Amino acid sequence: MKKRNFWVILTGVVIGVAAIVLTALGNPGNMGFCIACFIRDTSGAMKLHTAAAVQYVRPEIIGMILGAMIVSMLTKEFKPRGGSSPMTRFVLAVVVMVGALMFLGCPLRMMLRIGGGDLNALVGLVGFIAGIFVGTLWLRGGFTLKRAYAQSMTEGLMLPIIVAVLMVLSALLPSLFAFSESGPGAAHAPLLIALGIGLVVGGLCQRARFCTVAGNRDAMMFKDFSMLWGFLAVIVTTIVGNLILGKFHLSFADQPVAHTDGLWNFLGMALVGWGSVLLGGCPLRQVILAGEGNSDAAITVTGFVFGAAICHNFGLASSGNGPTVNGMIAVVAGFVILVLIGLFNRERI
Amino acid sequence: MDIVDARGLLCPEPVVLTQRAVKDGRKQLTVLVDAEAAKENVTRFAASRGYAVSVTETGGEFSLSLTKA
Repeated sequence: MKKRNFWVILTGVVIGVAAIVLTALGNPGNMGFCIACFIRDTSGAMKLHTAAAVQYVRPEIIGMILGAMIVSMLTKEFKPRGGSSPMTRFVLAVVVMVGALMFLGCPLRMMLRIGGGDLNALVGLVGFIAGIFVGTLWLRGGFTLKRAYAQSMTEGLMLPIIVAVLMVLSALLPSLFAFSESGPGAAHAPLLIALGIGLVVGGLCQRARFCTVAGNRDAMMFKDFSMLWGFLAVIVTTIVGNLILGKFHLSFADQPVAHTDGLWNFLGMALVGWGSVLLGGCPLRQVILAGEGNSDAAITVTGFVFGAAICHNFGLASSGNGPTVNGMIAVVAGFVILVLIGLFNRERI
Repeated sequence: MDIVDARGLLCPEPVVLTQRAVKDGRKQLTVLVDAEAAKENVTRFAASRGYAVSVTETGGEFSLSLTKA
């Protein structure tokens, strides 16, 4: 097997197993990992929004950022870089978050939901692929967010330091934060295990350059299928794991933290796919790049935190009962924003 | 010799630029990148299109020399 395929498939399998373990140890159903949901919970724990059911400092995200940082430092790939249209990336991140919280999950959780038998996530996958396809048309048409340049070590370390401090504070002074007493935010694996798994997964994703968007995008643009193997590895591993544990339930209805509105599941993930292609990677990849010292990715992650707060403060996020009218308007606005950002960031070929 | 300067660009842009540059079937091309992931992606793409790739590293930047036999 090619070395790259080995790392990609290994990472996919480890993510799948880790997700099953985290769910068994207390994380919400089909939510061993979810970059969007976990950033949303962390945003809520910091009281940036006050949706009582989704407030918790998720150690997995913090572990992933720090894991990517540690491994990239060991391999000398930690390179502080930034300055590639940071504010545009911030806005794109907000748009991606609006799409993710319409669907109720980032692309990674979409894969885990498919692995749990949630057929709504298959509808989301079709939307995701459609969105990625539209994004690749913009890339072919000369879309670029311009170059990043070398930055200081301080700039590269800023987000990793912030999340490390957040982790320590939330563990030692929990009274500073809001923690859900019921709902998805109250469902979580033990802190140290979640943090440890996050560190390992973050480190592996850094090595493999794991990205849920890249698999489909590179297959469409360059006929490069290597990352797609990782995508499939996550889904196959979670299907097998859930079957073994008797947690595989094939249906549209009654899935954990999910709704059955097909049109908006499709459109939500289409927005995520398209927006992520313009950002150069999925939410997971942004978290990993932020750990590697890329401050554009750090700004993107900050945009996710801000976007999650907006989604809950203005009633844009869906719930198990379905999408909201505000959320539908925001998704449509998101598509308009992507078109405008696309139009204003083209270079002549 | 033609040079594609993809330094500072996030993936997949270095590969998109390389793809655009090799479309007319040119035999030689130099691609400049400054990230390990970009180096790997451009190398993989070039190999899939039948180019031999040699890499020179200077101060964290990579110069990829693509040659078609």
